[in-house]
Amino acid sequence: MNPALIPEGAHPLAATVARFVWLLPLLPLLGFLINGTLAMLGAAKVGPADPSADHGHGHGDAHAQDDAHGHGVNGHGAHDDHHPPPRHKFAGIVSLIGPGVLLAAFGLAVACFLAMRGVEMEHPYVVTLFQWMPVGDLHLDASLLLDPLSMTMVLVVTGVGMLIHVFSVGYMQDDPGYPRYFAYLNLFVFFMLTLVLGASYPLLFVGWEGVGLCSYLLIGFWFSEKANADAGKKAFIVNRIGDFGFLVAMFLMFANLGTLDIGRVAAKAAELPFGGVVITAMALFLFLGCTGKSAQIPLHVWLPDAMAGPTPVSALIHAATMVTAGVYLVARASGIFSMAPVAQLTVASVGALTALVAATIGLKQWDIKKVLAYSTVSQLGYMFVGVGVGAYTAGIFHLVTHAFFKALLFLGSGSVIFAMHAAYHHTHNHDDAQDMRNMGGLKQYMPITFYLMWIATLAIAGIPLFSGFFSKDEILASVFARVSHSTLAESSLLGIPGSTVLLIVYGIGLAVALLTAIYMTRMMLYTFHGPNRTGEGERPHLTEAPWVMTGPLVVLGVLAAIGGWINVPELLGAIGPVGGLEHFLEPVVGQASLRTTLGAPPHVAHQTELLLVGAAIAIAITGIAIAVWRLKPAALVPKKEAPASTGISRVLENKYFVDEGYDAAFVQPTVSVSRAVLWKGFDAGIIDGLFVNGSALLARAFGWLGSQLQTGQVGTYAWVLLIGVITLLGAFTLR
Amino acid sequence: MLVEALALSAVLFSIGVIGVLTRRNAIIIFMCVELMLNAVNLSFVALSKLYGAAGQVFVVFTMTVAAAEAAVGLAIIIAIFRHVKTVNLQNINLLKG
Repeated sequence: MNPALIPEGAHPLAATVARFVWLLPLLPLLGFLINGTLAMLGAAKVGPADPSADHGHGHGDAHAQDDAHGHGVNGHGAHDDHHPPPRHKFAGIVSLIGPGVLLAAFGLAVACFLAMRGVEMEHPYVVTLFQWMPVGDLHLDASLLLDPLSMTMVLVVTGVGMLIHVFSVGYMQDDPGYPRYFAYLNLFVFFMLTLVLGASYPLLFVGWEGVGLCSYLLIGFWFSEKANADAGKKAFIVNRIGDFGFLVAMFLMFANLGTLDIGRVAAKAAELPFGGVVITAMALFLFLGCTGKSAQIPLHVWLPDAMAGPTPVSALIHAATMVTAGVYLVARASGIFSMAPVAQLTVASVGALTALVAATIGLKQWDIKKVLAYSTVSQLGYMFVGVGVGAYTAGIFHLVTHAFFKALLFLGSGSVIFAMHAAYHHTHNHDDAQDMRNMGGLKQYMPITFYLMWIATLAIAGIPLFSGFFSKDEILASVFARVSHSTLAESSLLGIPGSTVLLIVYGIGLAVALLTAIYMTRMMLYTFHGPNRTGEGERPHLTEAPWVMTGPLVVLGVLAAIGGWINVPELLGAIGPVGGLEHFLEPVVGQASLRTTLGAPPHVAHQTELLLVGAAIAIAITGIAIAVWRLKPAALVPKKEAPASTGISRVLENKYFVDEGYDAAFVQPTVSVSRAVLWKGFDAGIIDGLFVNGSALLARAFGWLGSQLQTGQVGTYAWVLLIGVITLLGAFTLR
Repeated sequence: MLVEALALSAVLFSIGVIGVLTRRNAIIIFMCVELMLNAVNLSFVALSKLYGAAGQVFVVFTMTVAAAEAAVGLAIIIAIFRHVKTVNLQNINLLKG
């Protein structure tokens, strides 16, 4: 599969609407430019110098203070006078452009998808826009790569992205930074599409860094509170560690393969020795990049903190799209990973370990968004298990279904927080609007959110026929199928045989499925069931969110329920077409997938497969049952009355103290070395002391010496003159 | 005759130099400078016997410059005296660093 073999114009897609693929990233970029301009214009107008803007300015300040004590929603109703707060002056046009460009991009994506269905996609369709970097042996073009894999990602990014944009119109309606928010969100989609569509690793890296930037900007969107700004910085810095790996991987590619083009790298990687040091290092460094972006151990610490951003941002960036970029990258670089079974086993093991650790932490979190954050980390681990064992379709499949149900869960939690926050504002209560101990019994106040979130919960728990069931099951089945007769089984990791590693990974996968069902049911029970734990004053103000927010929820609910139908397993062939996504992605990842399974499609005996599926279903149902049986929402007390937890729950509630460990191991030593050596020692001592003040001292010393020669006595000068003359005369005559 | 003239010139010049170096009074130093100039004039005149009239021409130049110098120098000394009420150079050290 060498894209150089097929010229751009000769590709069957060139005659279709797909030739406008460059419009896909351009549309959100336009949206960013317009919304960003409006944001700056709006900011410039609302200044103390403009007396006519005084009214709006006062409200803006009130909002800034809401942000300072509120955890997220800048809800309405903060005003004693009961007048609705004025919306941002450009709110109307921004609400039109922000989601509008996404709708247009989604429409184009669907058109491209339909065009792709109509042609033979043996080769990827590469559109070269312009020459980017011709440097020596390196010739980089700004090219977009449209193949089934990037098509799938584009559909998810624009589709789910559009729904979340629409939801944001309601969620962020009263925020003074409304245009800025949409500008960042549009910019994010632009970079995400660049990442997905980039035809070379450097272009992909541009998108990779760009989404990191937007993530930083949006986590710290309410930067007036220090914790939010710090969370943004943490995400940015932790991601830099991963990006270092990505860069080294690109250097290795260029040094050993002489190209950075995605297609050519895959073709040339196949010529390297199988499982050799170079290819393994390349894959492992790429995976280091993935652990940063996709929050895998040991770089998982930033994602839960990233929940400081607005909830739709958590849904779009930190659940559905950006954090899955690592999974996409492994699938995109399947040609490299499939050549390095040790790296593959590493990916699968790290994924499984992350899934387990995050799921156990999720059991004891009280913040509704933190539960979902750890759930996301855990599900990302699942995806890495999938792509790690060479089941790229299974990983991407779980990525897609996860985008549906996790976006739904996050937006649903956003809807809950929105309602809680609005209610608290009515009574000027400063309690935590995100803590589940303060919620309870919300099902009677917000029934739509309640039912939709249960759909998503059943999907993530793996209840049959909901989307998560299909994808999770396919990952587990793929792991099991590779225990024997695969390159992985014949390889070994840290001295443990590959087949044993895979069995352990499979066991962890089952355990995580159980934990997932438990913590998700726990979240639902505490949030929506049992008695309501808000005060008497708040209760009448708890209402369902407006239609602009529930509408996207309904769409996502449908997708979360039926999304699994895009890739029905053979076993359940009766209910729909078998392996739709599998066939669709076959031209991209099929070759690499077959390499791992030694040329033959993985096969598990029919009865074994039935047994595995039955076990998975039983585990999901057991998890929900355990949660319902063991947890007593009625016994829960609001946050401020709750006793401090002890023992193992304290460890889990504090996330295994990993943050504290990193703080002690890396942050504090860095800070103290920087303070004692770099600042006090080098900067203040050597730079300031020796160089700056030292040179001044030297000049002053010479100056003092020179000034001592100037006695002001003419006699002295005359003597000096005479001695000089005699010396000169002597020197000339005696020479 | 030439040797005696040059010897006298050297003696006069040395007296001038020593006077400049050792005396404190600006007027006396000034006179010593004139003495040095005239010692050089004497050498010029004496040597013009060997090397032609150019030396005597130089003497005329030197005397002209010395006259101008005397006018400017004495004026400066008067100005200094008006300012600090002394012509003792030890008390005049405005250039001290």
